[in-house]
Amino acid sequence: MTMLKEGRPTAPQAVAEEHVAPATATGNRALMLEEPLIFEIGSADTTGVDFAEVPKVKSRLGNLARKEAIGLPGLSEQETVRHYTRLSRQNYAIDLGLFPLGSCTMKHNPRLNEKVARMPGFADLHPLAPQSTVQGALAVIHELAQWLVTLTGMHSVAMSPKAGAHGELCGLLAIRAALEARGDARSVVLVPESAHGTNPATAAFCGYKVEDIPATPDGRVDLEALKSRLGPDVAAVMITNPNTCGLFERDMKTISDAVHAAGAFVYCDGANFNAIVGRVRPGDLGVDAMHINLHKTFSTPHGGGGPGSGPVVLSQALAPFAPLPFVEKQGDRFVLVEEESVEDHHGGSFGRMVAFHGQMGMFTRALAYILSHGADGLRQVSGDAVLNANYILRSLSDVLDAPFGGSGPCMHEALFSDKGLAEGFTTLDIAKGLIDEGFHPMTMYFPLVVHGAMLVEPTETESKAALDQFIMALRSLAERAKAGDEALKGAPYHAPRRRLDETLAARKPVLVWTEPELAEAAE
Amino acid sequence: MRYLPITDADRQEMLSVIGAASVDDLFVDVPVQARLPGTIVGLPDHASELAVERHMAKLARQNLSAGEAPFFLGAGAYRHHVPASVDHLIQRGEFLTAYTPYQPEIAQGTLQVLFEFQTQVARLLGCDVANASMYDGSTACWEAIGMARRITKRGKALLSSGLHPHYVSVAKTMAKFTGDALVHEAPKLDAATDIDALVASIDKDTSCVVVQYPDILGRIADLTPLANAAHEAGALLVAVVTEPVALGAIAAPGHMGADIVVGEGQSLGVGLQFGGPYLGLFGCKQKYVRQMPGRLCGETVDAAGQRGFVLTLSTREQHIRREKATSNICTNSGLCALAFSIHMTLLGEKGLRELATLNHALAVEAADRLAKVPGVCLLNDAFFNEFTLILSKDARDVVRNLADKGVLGGVSLGRLFPDAADIGNGLVVAVTETVTAEDVETFAKALEEELA
Repeated sequence: MTMLKEGRPTAPQAVAEEHVAPATATGNRALMLEEPLIFEIGSADTTGVDFAEVPKVKSRLGNLARKEAIGLPGLSEQETVRHYTRLSRQNYAIDLGLFPLGSCTMKHNPRLNEKVARMPGFADLHPLAPQSTVQGALAVIHELAQWLVTLTGMHSVAMSPKAGAHGELCGLLAIRAALEARGDARSVVLVPESAHGTNPATAAFCGYKVEDIPATPDGRVDLEALKSRLGPDVAAVMITNPNTCGLFERDMKTISDAVHAAGAFVYCDGANFNAIVGRVRPGDLGVDAMHINLHKTFSTPHGGGGPGSGPVVLSQALAPFAPLPFVEKQGDRFVLVEEESVEDHHGGSFGRMVAFHGQMGMFTRALAYILSHGADGLRQVSGDAVLNANYILRSLSDVLDAPFGGSGPCMHEALFSDKGLAEGFTTLDIAKGLIDEGFHPMTMYFPLVVHGAMLVEPTETESKAALDQFIMALRSLAERAKAGDEALKGAPYHAPRRRLDETLAARKPVLVWTEPELAEAAE
Repeated sequence: MRYLPITDADRQEMLSVIGAASVDDLFVDVPVQARLPGTIVGLPDHASELAVERHMAKLARQNLSAGEAPFFLGAGAYRHHVPASVDHLIQRGEFLTAYTPYQPEIAQGTLQVLFEFQTQVARLLGCDVANASMYDGSTACWEAIGMARRITKRGKALLSSGLHPHYVSVAKTMAKFTGDALVHEAPKLDAATDIDALVASIDKDTSCVVVQYPDILGRIADLTPLANAAHEAGALLVAVVTEPVALGAIAAPGHMGADIVVGEGQSLGVGLQFGGPYLGLFGCKQKYVRQMPGRLCGETVDAAGQRGFVLTLSTREQHIRREKATSNICTNSGLCALAFSIHMTLLGEKGLRELATLNHALAVEAADRLAKVPGVCLLNDAFFNEFTLILSKDARDVVRNLADKGVLGGVSLGRLFPDAADIGNGLVVAVTETVTAEDVETFAKALEEELA
């Protein structure tokens, strides 16, 4: 026998152009693995969980035993880990890179907060456990509440709303309860054209007629139009400040004074609180209610679309109407006030909004975040968030139209329009091009007051190097879209999927998996 | 500050590009009176990771966690063992730090999970379709009442006395503003559910009947007669499931005629978490899908013809429809849906069946043991993993005293129904696979001392 001496090739060899990316037999592309549905790979007899032996007892299910197959496939533990790990790799995330989704505040999610939320003393507590056994948990809610009240300069805070839109509901319900308590039925809520869609949806849900307030050419609420619409039928004005064009509403205090003079309340959408935290207190601007998205400003993870958390800070006028339950400090004890039959100073509460007391898992994370930053760190948060956005705005305003760029600095997000792109090229093309460049696209086509809007919110946790790379990528895409580079219309090319057909999905909705043979039979 | 990477040198360079002298100058649009000159007075400055961890750990130690004591609480939140791989997988940054999948080409991971989740939930509940989750069971419940109003164009909902009282409170809060009329009373300490009474109350103004299964006292009954009666009167049946593990053992509400089935999904994957974040489950019949609230994920193809998933039917949603939307919901409970789905995948049909069988068997044993304690009487004929004991004295005091002895012994009806004095001796006890025989014995002895 002879030993082979050639060894293996150690330098790449040139291949013909048509062989650069040949199809594979599996459809996989090295680290990018295609993953079927659990219904295609699992089986009813496979499980990844073992249990203790079941004691023999006579069933007391009252003839209700579920007899037919449920149709739930199982996977072993390793198959499960692989399935979800492979799927995870088809997602973009803050952990991978800059995620400049305007109005969503995709900042770094510190891992200390995850650790803290998982401490058994918080995570393994039942919501109805006797209050003597959950004093530390109530202390967390109370401590976070104190921070939120102090940072906003407001009177009190309702902690239970589960998300921003749920917070809006809380604020409007408090306003409606306050108006009803003084026997003043009002029917209209005014909402600026640039508002988030949740604002009009919430107002309508609470039984109000929604009327738009126009914007001025410089992207702000038209003060005169607002003032002239105020009257005895207006219950509230919902304003986002800083607004969705990324601008501070300079006239906020004047607006509040006018609204109050007309007997109405000011609801502020706090989605953009990150721009002013530690520097401006909404309470000083005459706000009556504002939700705080803990998953934005205070960095609790977005989790692929929730869970969020939307505590609502309230003015003194609205505080008596806050929802149950809430935490009160009585001497050195914390008490969870949860009964609806409370007759003392809480008699005005508009009631309960959720089964228990809100998003405890988000409270622990948000408190850890706030304590980590402290008053000085939070002031730096808003400063750097605004600095980063202005840096992007000014670095790109020679290639992209910045509709409000002339009216001074922006706040924490930079707004561009599609003006000047070549015929047939859209904001969508630039967004999809960004995917190929390794970034999550900005918010697109919102706010509705700007044509082909691109709303870029970098957040304060991005370094200058990361911003420079993003600016370079967006500049390149803007130039390609202006030059009419047709290739851009097919982007993305390098993502797990090409552009998806949303029209087909809506026309013939397939919302659950059906076994192919059943699907065929149903055709 | 460890999370903020911009250096002083960066700041100067960036300010010169912007054309501003200082960061404070960028806030020129804020009226001077509203600008704080420095850090907010009275608040501490930044702290190290170690210091924050110490502070939070100290607060955590002031609680008696469920794992540290014999634990029997349920009433809408259940303690189950969550396999270690669930928490590992949901902490992958690509899931944890992603957003709502608005850009489907780079969110197929989240979207495929949601499609699988919707299918798992629909099958578990016995529905044709399910959405991508709601905030929690209670909010899903009132969304269902609103949906029934839109479908039937009627405004009176009959709420079973067995519906979780906090769900009733949430619905009452919303009804004050939407104008729905809600009919409800507190439950009686009776082994039978109130289905017969509900059947008798349905009339031509009824939009829906809302019934919990198993109910707040742990009772279970066939929903078919109620579904038939509702449908005959042109009303819908809304079923509420607060313990989804039960559906591994007992018939699914959708298969008994429920039109909308909602639930709390916390039992699988999510944990107790002192009440949140939780996971609202929402399923319904195919014909009502366009009236459904919340996000929906659907299958489609991409430009190259490959299967993919997108958020769909968004013309029901607030960001398109604004004031005409079916609901104002925006964020859902994505990460909790992921945890639920992973746990369900690990279990599979076999595991879920075993888990449910084990829960029921342990609950039967515990119920029989506890019923032997002098002064204790078992209310239920039929139940899954939760039942009601009638004690010889007010259960609220008993629960507090047991807690002082280190036993977390159920939820008193006095706490759940503070205004219903006649049921104050009722104690709702849940028994899951996490309860040991020693726990039951400790509980029984402590209860015996307390009632002596």
